[in-house]
Amino acid sequence: MTWVLALILLPLVGALVLCGLRKNDRTAMIVALTFSIVEFLLMIPMWASYHPSGDRLQQTSSVDWIPTFGVHISFGIDGIALIMIAVITFLVPIVIGALGTADKLPEGRSAGGYLALILVQQALTIAVFAATDVFLFYVLFEIMLIPMYFLIGGYGGANRQYAAVKFFLYSFLGGLIMLASAIGAYSIAADKLGKGTFDWATLVTVVRDAPTGTQIWLFLGFFLAFAIKAPLVPFHTWLPDAAKEAPIGVAVLIVGVLDKVGTFGFLRYCLPMFPAASKTLAPLVLILAVIGVLYGSILAAGQQDLKRFVAYVSIAHFGFIALGIFAFTQQATVGSVTYMLNHSLATGMLIVVLGFVMARGGSTRISDYGGMYKVTPLLGGMLLIAGLSTLSLPGTNSFVSEFLVLLGSFETEPVYAILASVGMVLAAVYVLWLYQRLMTGPVRGDALVGAGGGPGTAIAPELGAKKTIKDLGAKELAMLVPLVVLIIGLGFYPKPVLDTVGPSVQATLSAVQGGH
Amino acid sequence: MTASSWLLVAFPALGALILLAGGRRTDAWGHLLGCATVIASFVYGLVLFFGSDGKPVDTTIYSWFPVGNLSVDLGFRIDALSLVFVLLITGVGSLIHVYSIGYMADDPGRRKFFGYLNLFVASMLVLVLGNNFISLYLGWEGVGLASYLLIGWYTDRPSAATAAKKAFLMNRVGDVGLAIAIFLMFKYLGTVTYAGVFEHIGSAPPGVITAIAILLLLGACGKSGQFPLQAWLPDAMEGPTPVSALIHAATMVTAGVYLVARSNPIFNETSDGRLIVALVGAFTLLLGSIIGCAYDDIKKVLAYSTVSQIGYMMLAVGLGPFGYALGIMHLLTHGFFKAGLFLGAGSVMHAMNDEVDMRKFGGLYKRMPITFATFGLGYLALIGFPFLSGYFSKDAIIEAAFGQEGWRGWALGLAAMLGAALTAFYMTRLVLMTFFGKERWKDIKSSDGRDFHPHESPSVMTVPMIILAIGSVGAGAFFSLGGRLSSWLTPSLGELSEAEHSAIPHALIPWITVLLSALGVLVAWLLFGRRETPVERPQNVSAVVRAARKDLYGNALNEALVATPGMWLTRFSVYLDSRGVDGAVNGLAAALGGGSGRLRRLQNGFVRSYALSMLAGSFVLVLALLLVRFS
Repeated sequence: MTWVLALILLPLVGALVLCGLRKNDRTAMIVALTFSIVEFLLMIPMWASYHPSGDRLQQTSSVDWIPTFGVHISFGIDGIALIMIAVITFLVPIVIGALGTADKLPEGRSAGGYLALILVQQALTIAVFAATDVFLFYVLFEIMLIPMYFLIGGYGGANRQYAAVKFFLYSFLGGLIMLASAIGAYSIAADKLGKGTFDWATLVTVVRDAPTGTQIWLFLGFFLAFAIKAPLVPFHTWLPDAAKEAPIGVAVLIVGVLDKVGTFGFLRYCLPMFPAASKTLAPLVLILAVIGVLYGSILAAGQQDLKRFVAYVSIAHFGFIALGIFAFTQQATVGSVTYMLNHSLATGMLIVVLGFVMARGGSTRISDYGGMYKVTPLLGGMLLIAGLSTLSLPGTNSFVSEFLVLLGSFETEPVYAILASVGMVLAAVYVLWLYQRLMTGPVRGDALVGAGGGPGTAIAPELGAKKTIKDLGAKELAMLVPLVVLIIGLGFYPKPVLDTVGPSVQATLSAVQGGH
Repeated sequence: MTASSWLLVAFPALGALILLAGGRRTDAWGHLLGCATVIASFVYGLVLFFGSDGKPVDTTIYSWFPVGNLSVDLGFRIDALSLVFVLLITGVGSLIHVYSIGYMADDPGRRKFFGYLNLFVASMLVLVLGNNFISLYLGWEGVGLASYLLIGWYTDRPSAATAAKKAFLMNRVGDVGLAIAIFLMFKYLGTVTYAGVFEHIGSAPPGVITAIAILLLLGACGKSGQFPLQAWLPDAMEGPTPVSALIHAATMVTAGVYLVARSNPIFNETSDGRLIVALVGAFTLLLGSIIGCAYDDIKKVLAYSTVSQIGYMMLAVGLGPFGYALGIMHLLTHGFFKAGLFLGAGSVMHAMNDEVDMRKFGGLYKRMPITFATFGLGYLALIGFPFLSGYFSKDAIIEAAFGQEGWRGWALGLAAMLGAALTAFYMTRLVLMTFFGKERWKDIKSSDGRDFHPHESPSVMTVPMIILAIGSVGAGAFFSLGGRLSSWLTPSLGELSEAEHSAIPHALIPWITVLLSALGVLVAWLLFGRRETPVERPQNVSAVVRAARKDLYGNALNEALVATPGMWLTRFSVYLDSRGVDGAVNGLAAALGGGSGRLRRLQNGFVRSYALSMLAGSFVLVLALLLVRFS
């Protein structure tokens, strides 16, 4: 059994165990944490046994599933999938830790069910990144929605039903169109090889030679599914709703991990399978990407709600990622791939920290807060670190990726790169403005000083601050410190990640350049 | 020896790490550690300085982010220019750290303050030591962060938070310019190292060289408070005064001048680029000195003075080989006297319940003799009193400006000369209002209701002021006699050229300048020395004064051009997104859902029929995409 298979199966086992623990929340918590930490530890030998300069796909395993249609259950990883899987295993313990610190279960719900769903989600997401059969990928892409549907719809906020259905339908319909394209690719293979297959490695070599017109149609099928998932403007409106209604931990999963399936799909499916279409349609994607950067940033600055704020920040960042992918240079693409990782860490941390803010204040409205730094300096410092990584300050992880994306895309697409650079200023606007509103000034706002000290009322901190508002505790620090270490560590020494993804990126790019 | 240049940065970086991550455990001795790390760097800087011949030695610390044909190292360059800056940063930095022990003694967050100061020193050292543009960029934004944290030090003051954010944002605008300049270098030269870029810059198309130069200038304008990005620097005075002295006078804000001087091989290739730098400098030096005449806030006057003096430096480095070394010389002498002036202002504020309005001061020379003496020497140095520091460094720039050909010589030279007269005016006004005249503070109370009891500051504060005052007196002569500084800087900046031509005869220029400055002093004395200064600000003033009090409408312009349209754009976008984009999605779903209501009899599940309608909707979207593409 490969490490990859082990990583997919372990959380499923964990979920089964949790189903038997519905009565005891505390034990469920310990079991889930144990499984997720063992999962993280299992990731380490997987990374260690990966050879960046080795085969395109490594640690492969395959069994027949529907032989008539050439469908296999096959898994394997390249450098890009590897780091995405790695970041999932890193984040899930934090997601689990969020229950009880940032999240509370709704009345009458048990922790076991919630945590089981999280672990199932983890297994399915890892499987999506590891799938090397296009049909299997499609199936997992759709099945992955089910636990998430229940996580949002069952454990979310007031408007959770609407958000869950919107999320499900949006993604589901994208998937259906992708299925049509996948079948199209299958039939091209059937024509050329005499026998159809969904095996990714085989399909790539066959479909890439199809006429550009055909490629464009098939490309669009995949593209739309991924653009919804990513999400690119204008397919983005499900994300703010989903992020707002979802519990904090689930929001980390959605924004930090699930969405990356979209940009991962661009790299794994759109580019190598349809190189000619990718190049033809690149200007369209680049325009959407730049619009995403600017529009997402402006909207982030205009949000009144903390969770919707994070969603729009992510939309801006996905614009950067898409820009880098469709600029077709080594620097830009490596930048995008590392951006996928770094965005998970930075935004993951941002959501968790804001979760802690909301757990203290009990409100998601930004205007309900003010002057928190006086009361909770540690929390303020953590928000600042997450914010600085979000605005890509040099010395944090995100700087390396954003700089590479812009530098690399400037080589081939200077106009788009310059337009996207404006996003650097806008990022400072929305991050620092948020920080200013939450943390600085006199302690004020409903959430902090209670009724009578409504928004706009200034109250001396020693008189007004609720005594109940405490600074970060040990549990919360334990969740944040690993993130801080990685954010700064990868800011100064990103080389291990760059070396891991470099050859896979190069292979992806040479597939595009080699196309007609 | 130079191979361990990373130690220079490591000391303060470690200090910052320990102080910021260590928390309250380090409260007791944090300030001592903060000082020790910077002094250690200074000592090590001296060792390197005396062991160096000024020629560049590049050291790679480690490979930072190499990707494909891009290689980015964290690397340092020890040469004449970087060593001079290392000594300035750690030398003045040490003095200000020591001063802060006294100044911040009553602040419960003093340990964190020293952590931030250490972070600043470490970043600033990375900025000047980097041997490639991306290492420089790391330091460049690092000092921006330290500046943000320290301007916003008093977190419960909304004005401090706003000023900190404004500083960071305006700097970010400049940083984007710097970043795009780096992109251009990589695109056309394939490298971002100083060695590579400077060697091959001649092979880039002339338009690209000029573009790089202008983008570098944009970065410099952001960091150095030059027009059109000057508005943040006066607001930055919200920070504690030692911060204003170290970051917003002596070191960080001069980084723009460093950038242009460091990139001299690029600017040597583009006379258009140089001219723009010089014009920006000349314009800003006038702008700053005019506004400086109108303020009553002692720190804001000094801040606009800084804007103006950096204008001189920009003007100098814009003269190319005629001025690089002169700009650096003025930068160094300014580092001494302006840091001294700010520390003096801090000492006054310390004595006056943190009051900054000079109209409430008066007659303080009797109460604070050491502060008065050191401040006075800094003042004389700044206005170019003969044979003090500013006289040598500023006069040299004025002479070099007149040395330019044609209209440039006249325009740049006259601007610089007029600036000297205005400088003398506003600084004399400041000194008269603060130290002389009636003791106006006797009859009023401070804003927190206390009486004023001015007193001299403790020696931990006065000793750094005395040392800086000595520098203000002697540094100019020390640097300029025998061309000591310019010949030391030759390996980094090239030979200092001397103009043969001059719009006004060379010998006359110092006389005219001194005369004009004396005139400025005289006018100030007539207006503020001979007459009593009212405590309340006079309102029936001329249009010029009104404009100057409003920063010559710089902030109003930013407001009208950027802030207000930005706010409306944001509101519009939020509306568009919820009503337009999301509305279309919901509307489409509802419309198709209604239409497929008839189909529902054939279907048996709600979700599925909804999905079907969305599927149809998606085809519309795909069709729209295709139409966009093919039409």
